[in-house]
Amino acid sequence: MTQTSGDTLNPEEVPAASRPSLIAEAQFPNVRPSPMRVADGTPTFIVPAEDLVAVVKYLKDSGFTLFEDITAVDWLPKEPRFQVVYHFLNLSTVQPIRLKVELPGDKPSVPSITGLFLGAGWFEREVFDLFGITFENHPDLRRIEMPDDWEGHPLRKDYPVTGPRRPNLPSNQFRPEGRSGLTLPE
Amino acid sequence: MEDLQIKERWLNDDDEEQHLRDKDEYQDPSSELMTINMGPQHPSTHGVLRLVVTMRGEEVIKCESVIGYLHTGIEKQAETKTYNQALTLTDRTDYLNPLINNLNYSLAVEQLLGITNKIPPKAQVARVLLSELQRISSHLVWLGTHAMDLGAQSAFLYGMRDREKILDIFEMCSGVRMMTSYIMPGGLYADLPPGFAEKVAEFITYFKKTWPEYGKMLTNSELWIDRTKGICAISQEEALNWGLTGPVLRSTGIAYDVRKMFPYSGYETYDFEIPTAKTGDVYDRFLVRMLEVDQSIRIVEQALNKLPGGEWQVDDLKIVPPKKYQIAVTMESLIHHFKLFTEGYKPATGEVYSRVESARGELACYMVSNGTNKPYRMHLRGPSFANLQSLGPTLEGRSMFADIVAAIGSIDIILGEVDR
Repeated sequence: MTQTSGDTLNPEEVPAASRPSLIAEAQFPNVRPSPMRVADGTPTFIVPAEDLVAVVKYLKDSGFTLFEDITAVDWLPKEPRFQVVYHFLNLSTVQPIRLKVELPGDKPSVPSITGLFLGAGWFEREVFDLFGITFENHPDLRRIEMPDDWEGHPLRKDYPVTGPRRPNLPSNQFRPEGRSGLTLPE
Repeated sequence: MEDLQIKERWLNDDDEEQHLRDKDEYQDPSSELMTINMGPQHPSTHGVLRLVVTMRGEEVIKCESVIGYLHTGIEKQAETKTYNQALTLTDRTDYLNPLINNLNYSLAVEQLLGITNKIPPKAQVARVLLSELQRISSHLVWLGTHAMDLGAQSAFLYGMRDREKILDIFEMCSGVRMMTSYIMPGGLYADLPPGFAEKVAEFITYFKKTWPEYGKMLTNSELWIDRTKGICAISQEEALNWGLTGPVLRSTGIAYDVRKMFPYSGYETYDFEIPTAKTGDVYDRFLVRMLEVDQSIRIVEQALNKLPGGEWQVDDLKIVPPKKYQIAVTMESLIHHFKLFTEGYKPATGEVYSRVESARGELACYMVSNGTNKPYRMHLRGPSFANLQSLGPTLEGRSMFADIVAAIGSIDIILGEVDR
């Protein structure tokens, strides 16, 4: 098995008991259970990016009608670097499910699921804003939390928590003094 | 100069239809459409929400929410703090719901640590009791501001009066009124103070008398019904598609409540109902929340009756600090205390998605641990964020300008949670 992000941290961890029957394996041979420890018992699957829309559509048709959450995790310096994490809920059987898409650090891109769940729109914009992951076919992919002219993606692990301190930006890209603090003289 | 060039291009362009499709049309004085900006300092937007509304006369054609004015990078900051320190950040997300935020975070950490079953009964009952008091106080602020936006001033005054009494109870427990950090991983931060049960009982007796007055003021008021009935109505499929939760989802008739579906802190042992409505309009959301407060009162009463004595924290000094007197007596306690506050504990590698029912809907915490003493990733799924998203699209083409204010109030957004 190839080493994926999150797996190498604790190799002796036993893979969580997932219920693969939630996803028809014959239909999606590339979907596999996530090897990471799942503390809340939610069945977790790793889905290839190209299969994502088909898998989500399959889940929606089989009862997972409530869209809950999209977020991402940055596993720098591992490769594939990013994991986009989806949560859905089947209201009639009270069954949650978690999907993960692994993406490379270079130009990460994943198909948008806004065609299936309208509510994914803002969540995908947030992941785009804070992680720099592109969502293909998103109707309105803009920054949502940070200002439109912001540079960098704050939730990436290589982004300093103290904020960007790059001195050589063109003057019109500086934020007003006092808001960004002093810039370092070069 | 640049403006001139744009104008020239504008005038020379032959494709008239393109202009109509263009956004610039909204700025054109000869057009019937007008774009106005509402917020981020508008008092009816409940914080720093900005709406860009395009109207034809009074009719709303397009309504776009612009958020991010209160973004404080809480998820980023949490990655630099130990598990106990990051707790204080959760107070600052939904500032009308600090105890429920604390609970959500604590449940996530406890699941990562695998101590969910070891929380002592006193802490379990106190968590439920405080959560429900918090829900009542949050709904009082919602009702007051929502009613005031629509011109009913007195509900706000009554709401603030009664909420003050609940904040007094929180102050009694934790020492502060809003940023409590009282529920922590492993139990409660401190024991319930002496006289706590009496104070809560006194409040509930008082509140059961005053609460019906709120309903009398609004529920059957003709003015209130005129302003709220049929506004922003939403179907069940649409609500699920938008990922709505909480009273907004339940007002469409779907009885999804985390307290019933994924019971936590012993909610399965309490007797309460999930109020639902049918049409999902502003009036139905109002009714659902009003009935929810009745259920919260029921839960508080039940919790008060079974409030046990005993310990309020797990019996594990690696997770909770030792008692003050122990530090002066035993060397081991001193070491534990030092280790806990300098280094903290290290949950095993893993991930967790914990849910609680906040006053606004499903509040969730997705947490990833990589075996160190700091959360590798903490993501808060704020119900306001998902609910606010549906505001514009549910207003467009079916409402008047004044309905926007009613709709914002009915979603009950907290911008601290939307922007985080």
